[in-house]
Amino acid sequence: MHRRIVSLWFPRLASDRILRINPVEAPFAVTHHEKNMERLYCLNSQAVQQGLVQGMGLSDARALCPDLRTGPANLHADHHFLSALLRWADRYCPWVGFDGNDSLLLDVTGSTHLLGGEEEMLEDIHQRLTHSRLHVRSGLAGTRGAAWAISRYSKGIVPQDKLKIALSPLPVAALRLDDATCTALQRLGLRTIGELMAMPRATISRRFSLDVVRRMDQALGDQSEQIEPEAPKISYAARITFPDPIGLYGDVIAGLERLLNRICNKLKRQESGARALRLICQRVDQAAVQAELRLARPMREAECILPLFERSVRELDAGYGIDQLRLEAFDVEPLPLVQVDANTAHQDSGDALDDLITRLGSRIGLDNIIRFLPAESHVPERAFVEASAAYTSPESKWPRNQGSQRPLRLFSPEPINATSRIPPRKFCWRRMHFSLVKATGPERIAPEWWLDDPSWRSGVRDYWHIETKQGRRLWMFYTPRHPAWFVQGEFA
Amino acid sequence: MAELEQFFPLEIGRAHEVCGAGASAFAAMACGADRSDNARTILWLQLDWQSDIVNPVGMTPFCDPSRIILARAKNQQMLLSCAEEALRSGAVSHVITELYRPLDLTAGRRLQLAAEMGKATGILIVSEGMGSNAAQTRWQCSPECPTSVSDGHNPKTAGLTVLHWELIKNKKGTLGSWKVCWNAQAHRIIVVSEACQ
Repeated sequence: MHRRIVSLWFPRLASDRILRINPVEAPFAVTHHEKNMERLYCLNSQAVQQGLVQGMGLSDARALCPDLRTGPANLHADHHFLSALLRWADRYCPWVGFDGNDSLLLDVTGSTHLLGGEEEMLEDIHQRLTHSRLHVRSGLAGTRGAAWAISRYSKGIVPQDKLKIALSPLPVAALRLDDATCTALQRLGLRTIGELMAMPRATISRRFSLDVVRRMDQALGDQSEQIEPEAPKISYAARITFPDPIGLYGDVIAGLERLLNRICNKLKRQESGARALRLICQRVDQAAVQAELRLARPMREAECILPLFERSVRELDAGYGIDQLRLEAFDVEPLPLVQVDANTAHQDSGDALDDLITRLGSRIGLDNIIRFLPAESHVPERAFVEASAAYTSPESKWPRNQGSQRPLRLFSPEPINATSRIPPRKFCWRRMHFSLVKATGPERIAPEWWLDDPSWRSGVRDYWHIETKQGRRLWMFYTPRHPAWFVQGEFA
Repeated sequence: MAELEQFFPLEIGRAHEVCGAGASAFAAMACGADRSDNARTILWLQLDWQSDIVNPVGMTPFCDPSRIILARAKNQQMLLSCAEEALRSGAVSHVITELYRPLDLTAGRRLQLAAEMGKATGILIVSEGMGSNAAQTRWQCSPECPTSVSDGHNPKTAGLTVLHWELIKNKKGTLGSWKVCWNAQAHRIIVVSEACQ
């Protein structure tokens, strides 16, 4: 069986997307900032009738057509819209891929009979897209290149045996060549694909790059070309709409429970767990309030997640009532099934800790809950790293006491009024007066030259363990290059 | 004079207060000295704008730093609500909270009830005179000047830091005052002498 490929080209995708929502019966253009200027990016048919063309500067266009209405381009939204069309095109065949940023490719091999034939299928596609106010041009052929050419420069269906005849009258630009090559071909008098096909291949490939011959082969089916279908994206979202608005806490929780059950069942089937969930409540006054839950470990048990939501749901303002709930899990991680046996009962305490971290995280933010991990450094403040407790597990490779004691509390260096090489006999720190009893040291610590740390610019430090008459034991250092004393920590 | 063993390690399921310059060392020792099965994760609650941080490397002689989870909150109310939540959950064995404002009786009592429910030990580091009456015990800790302790006469404590611990409030029993040292190998407190009153 020959392959049959449909190319759907949406020439006015950007303007159609905006005009579908806000229709205007006037010249309309979408503008985009490129080459240092606001330029027309996509036009509707009225604007084209006024003589405007794509790529024209906005000020020129305004001079030609003073009542032109414009809107800014949003490439991200356009892509999102095209993805929606891609999902919609799934109804015709399972093999759908993007082609550039304004067209789709459908491999309809073997699925045309489901709609009654190729003509009926194309008609159905056109009817449905036109009905939703989209401009579309289509081409159906045996190869990807031919379908592309037909959709851009012709229309209709090309049977497999009439491929060459159908392509011959089309301009060379229909071979997906760049502008420079097209111009060069035209200068040689090769205007159509038919004229190009009549030339000896060796001449073409010697004069131009192999690209021209390759594109021609792809269009005629002598060289295969793949369509990359988009991988199906599983969305973990569910929503519920109420006939009457609700506002009581218990009602919202009951609605949330139903949604959670649906999402958790899906997570269970996909062997994954949610790390972050969002509940969006649409209120009757068109506003939306939302509650977010970040979990300290991936979870998929509805009965465990629901109590964690309680606090944030209580804080929601229902206003005049909520008429739609939508729950989505927007951060999902794989979570394989685990065999449970009696010996792993001790894992419960870890789960309880994760639940606690989740609950604390909903109060103070998950980033504010940290765990210390050891790091390889002799610089005291870099001998450990602070890592998010939710995403790490404890590590027990802490350096044992290797003679030099480290202070229990560490702070950024606080200067004291002393410059001598030996530890000062009397000094004042944090408005307290101290007199020295015993000083142990120095322990010289050099900065890590491979890291540029502004606080270590003053060079090597000589650390002293100072015991004072007042009782407190301080960790002080002297910088020999810039004579000064600082307090950086306090011992137990 | 009462024995220190009656009060230390601290009673489980209660909230205790500690003040003075040696307060964080006291908290670290209280976690390290608890060798019951209960000894699990320690939640250390701090303010997020506080410049003094707990140094995990300096913590190694007292207790295992991998047990510590540090949480940073915006204000005292957040600190207390997190402490209560953690104490009640029973997922951690010790909750150490560094407070900067006076603690009122209601908040103190709530923490006490939460600790009782979760069977966890709460240690509140307060400034002097800012505790609440709901505390089970209140300790005043300060490091001792090395010369005031006659070195050498007690070979057990040679070269160790001597701390002065005073029990200034106790709901169940008498008060006391001790001079103690920490033995890092045995992970326990050595009483040097009972301070004379």
